Amino acid sequence: MNAIPVLSAAIWVPIAFGAFLLAFGNERNAPTVRAVALVGAILGFLVTIPLFTGFDRGSADFQFVEQLPWIELLGATYLLGVDGLSVWFVLLAAFITIIVVIAGWEVIETRVHQYMAAFLILSGLMVGVFSALDGLLFYVFFEATLIPMYIIIGVWGGANRVYAAFKFFLYTLLGSLLTLVALIYLYLMSGSFSILEWHQLPLSMKEQTLIFVAFLIAFAVKVPMWPVHTWLPDAHVEAPTGGSVVLAAIMLKLGAYGFLRFSLPIAPDASQELAGFMITLSLIAVVYIGLVALVQTDMKKLVAYSSIAHMGFVTLGFFIFNQMGVQGAIVQMISHGFVSGAMFLCIGVLYDRMHSRNIADYGGVANTMPKFAALFMLFAMANAGLPATSGFVGEFFVILGAVQFNFWVAALASTTLVFGAAYSLWMYKRVIFGAVANDNVAGLSDLTRREFWMLVVMALMVLVMGVFPKPVTDMTDASVDALLRHVASSKIR
Amino acid sequence: MTEHSYNLMLLLPEILLLIGICVLLLSDAGGARRRFGGTARALLVLTIALLALIPQSSTTTETAFGGMVIVDSLSRLLKLCAVVAVAASLVLAARYCDDREVARGEFQSLALLSLLGQFVMISANHLLVVYLGLELMSLSLYALAALRRDSGISSEAAIKYFVLGALASGFLLYGMSMIYGGAGTLAIDEIAGRLVSGEVDAWVFALGLVFIVAGLAFKFGAVPFHMWIPDVYQGTPTAMTLLIAGAPKLAAFAIAFRMLAEGMLGAWADWQPMLLILAVASLVVGNVVAIAQQNLKRMLAYSTISQVGFVLLGMLSGVVDGDAAGAADAWGSSLFYIVTYVFTTVGTFGVIMVLSRAGFEAETLDDLRGLNQRSPWIALVMLLLMFSLAGIPPMVGFYAKFIIIGSVVSAGMTWLAVFAVMLSLVAAFYYLRIVKLMYFDAPVDSERVLYSRSAAVVLAVNGALVFGLGLLPGPLIGACLDAVRQALGS
Repeated sequence: MNAIPVLSAAIWVPIAFGAFLLAFGNERNAPTVRAVALVGAILGFLVTIPLFTGFDRGSADFQFVEQLPWIELLGATYLLGVDGLSVWFVLLAAFITIIVVIAGWEVIETRVHQYMAAFLILSGLMVGVFSALDGLLFYVFFEATLIPMYIIIGVWGGANRVYAAFKFFLYTLLGSLLTLVALIYLYLMSGSFSILEWHQLPLSMKEQTLIFVAFLIAFAVKVPMWPVHTWLPDAHVEAPTGGSVVLAAIMLKLGAYGFLRFSLPIAPDASQELAGFMITLSLIAVVYIGLVALVQTDMKKLVAYSSIAHMGFVTLGFFIFNQMGVQGAIVQMISHGFVSGAMFLCIGVLYDRMHSRNIADYGGVANTMPKFAALFMLFAMANAGLPATSGFVGEFFVILGAVQFNFWVAALASTTLVFGAAYSLWMYKRVIFGAVANDNVAGLSDLTRREFWMLVVMALMVLVMGVFPKPVTDMTDASVDALLRHVASSKIR
Repeated sequence: MTEHSYNLMLLLPEILLLIGICVLLLSDAGGARRRFGGTARALLVLTIALLALIPQSSTTTETAFGGMVIVDSLSRLLKLCAVVAVAASLVLAARYCDDREVARGEFQSLALLSLLGQFVMISANHLLVVYLGLELMSLSLYALAALRRDSGISSEAAIKYFVLGALASGFLLYGMSMIYGGAGTLAIDEIAGRLVSGEVDAWVFALGLVFIVAGLAFKFGAVPFHMWIPDVYQGTPTAMTLLIAGAPKLAAFAIAFRMLAEGMLGAWADWQPMLLILAVASLVVGNVVAIAQQNLKRMLAYSTISQVGFVLLGMLSGVVDGDAAGAADAWGSSLFYIVTYVFTTVGTFGVIMVLSRAGFEAETLDDLRGLNQRSPWIALVMLLLMFSLAGIPPMVGFYAKFIIIGSVVSAGMTWLAVFAVMLSLVAAFYYLRIVKLMYFDAPVDSERVLYSRSAAVVLAVNGALVFGLGLLPGPLIGACLDAVRQALGS
């Protein structure tokens, strides 16, 4: 089944298109650039389709494995593969890239070729992160994603973009540099960069703890977990709409995925030992950040904080170590990709018209933009975790898992259903309902065809996942099971 | 290898280079007032030297002049890199020099003379030959720095360079004389032998070593012997900065390797702690002070100082508790670091030179503002170079830092590795600032960026190398490790 290198194609097709745009695009041929970018994004998604259709759902092994020699001297190989934990994120990354290209269609007017190229290259790099099974390769992709995102925030961002871009880059780099030392340590212990070998490597408790902490700093910044989350609101607010969407939908998952691929299996004993600490941090994110979201006056900031709270749910699910929790966390990650991505798209739609993200500048938008109001309603509900939307499934799973683990943890976690509803719906009410607030709102025009279909596709995803999440859980089931069994057995030497 | 074998054929590249320089100088003497026919003549000389280098064996070690000069895989690799670096520098500098009416003949012959000095240093197997080569290189570079004698700031930089450089040479010479007193020989392989057999006056030897290390630190620009670097980088015209900042670092690595690793590995307990202090101080001072700089060249000077800290980290991590088994890999990682660093630096100063024009020196950070709008290709090359210097994958600079950190961790100094990576976070800030200026800001300078086609080709190749070697760094890392392993005979 390995006739076509599916994963390599998923990585390099968008990157090749991005490089092509960088080389031949300029200010004058913007329409062509847009078309080429769209073709690149769609091709990049199409090549990932075999991952869905050809995936062996009963197996926890890595599939679509590709191996080529890379840096033999360092024992690093070009080793790619996906299992149930990562396959959905490859699909998600490729899919969101199409949406992002469409979202930037008319909105971006300057240096269109560089904008589109940055997103296409970023897409390939993110697929690389999710499919790399070699520690060094993973790290190269993980770090390289910083470069296009830094440029995206800094060039096409809002007023305070420079500060946000630096904060984003340096914060993330801080975490990953320590991970680099941990990776080198693991390499010296095992003589290889293969993550699969690291999974089997026996390590003392002290080593495990240090490695866990080194990984934790990198992944916690990326997720982001409280208290290293402060870069996210800045980055989200200042980034252009496409940048916010990619950040929320995929880049945050890089960190959460890191826990699944590195922290838990490589340092299982330390993970068990520090689970209480991790659960505490997650609950603070859920409860405290939920309250912080409530008082935001800036729509993008509100969604950014709600992302942190939702990601708190994800890390909570990981560290209660049961099938429900981990399964729910993965569903929550995918769902969050669609929901928060769609929320940022909606805010982008408003921002393009009014050039304001302030909740106070809006009111009564439903009167002038009815189609928009309907779709936005759905996403706000999904953000609040309403049943029949994808937001519900993940949260419900995680809470069920948490009840098995400890009733009070579950009780605290479930406050998110209250806070989530409060901040999402209250914002929705202030922006959409009521009388038309001012002349600007009165002059708003409803969704264009491009915006409408872009949001409808996202809405379908949210609904399908909410009503019928089985395709997702089917694919993750075996791998989650294997992971939990692995974590349960000690590997102290 | 008898005492009387001169083995002149081994020195063919040096001899051809010297003949070429003489021809260049003579042809200039004929008509000093007219413009001379392009960079082509100097490049021809370099090509001849390069062609003479290529057939040299990369697997055997041979000596000439009764063991005073050594030709091995390391010398071949370093000389190849030095030739390429100088050739790239000359091409990049051509327009800049014409605009400022720097006499090309003198510029080129001095540059080639400094290259000859580097060749001698790289092949030195005797402390006196080390000194000979060092002086030949340094004197040519002092003269180069002073070539624009009507410019006050440039003359000031040249004087500083000369005085401090002479002081450093004095240190080195003084140290050599003490080594001679302690070991009774100046031949590097004999020093190594006597250290092993213990026929060395340890006290005098250690004192000599202190001076040697101080002299080397001067030449590298390691803290606290770094004061000349910022002034010289800033003050000399960029074309000369390029020649001072690039290839000489390769030669400095070579003499450090010949003396410390080949000759005095047995005295590691004396030099390892000294290098440690130099490395840590360089990393801290270089990175922190670079943040405060407004002048681009001065900032790059401090960045150089911090990069030297990394090179030193590699050098010192070879010996663990008296076990020198890792020495080859550690020095190999340093070699890889310095080779990538030199090529990145050549590109960086090349970009600065391209942005300068007649009557205008691009040297403050503000001159980079909005470069992406003025010239996207130059901006992209600079972006690649900056991320490489910052050590962000997939640029080659990442692997340079990576194998140094790996070498430090495998030496059991994990805390040092953590310290070094934390400081590279600081470093990332000022490299990112350059990217920010080029990409996020609007241009303040509306003048068109003009560059010759040859300079564009060199910069494009340079950028492609930084990126391409980042994707597939294996061969170059392998070449560096092999060269050092062979030179150390392990």
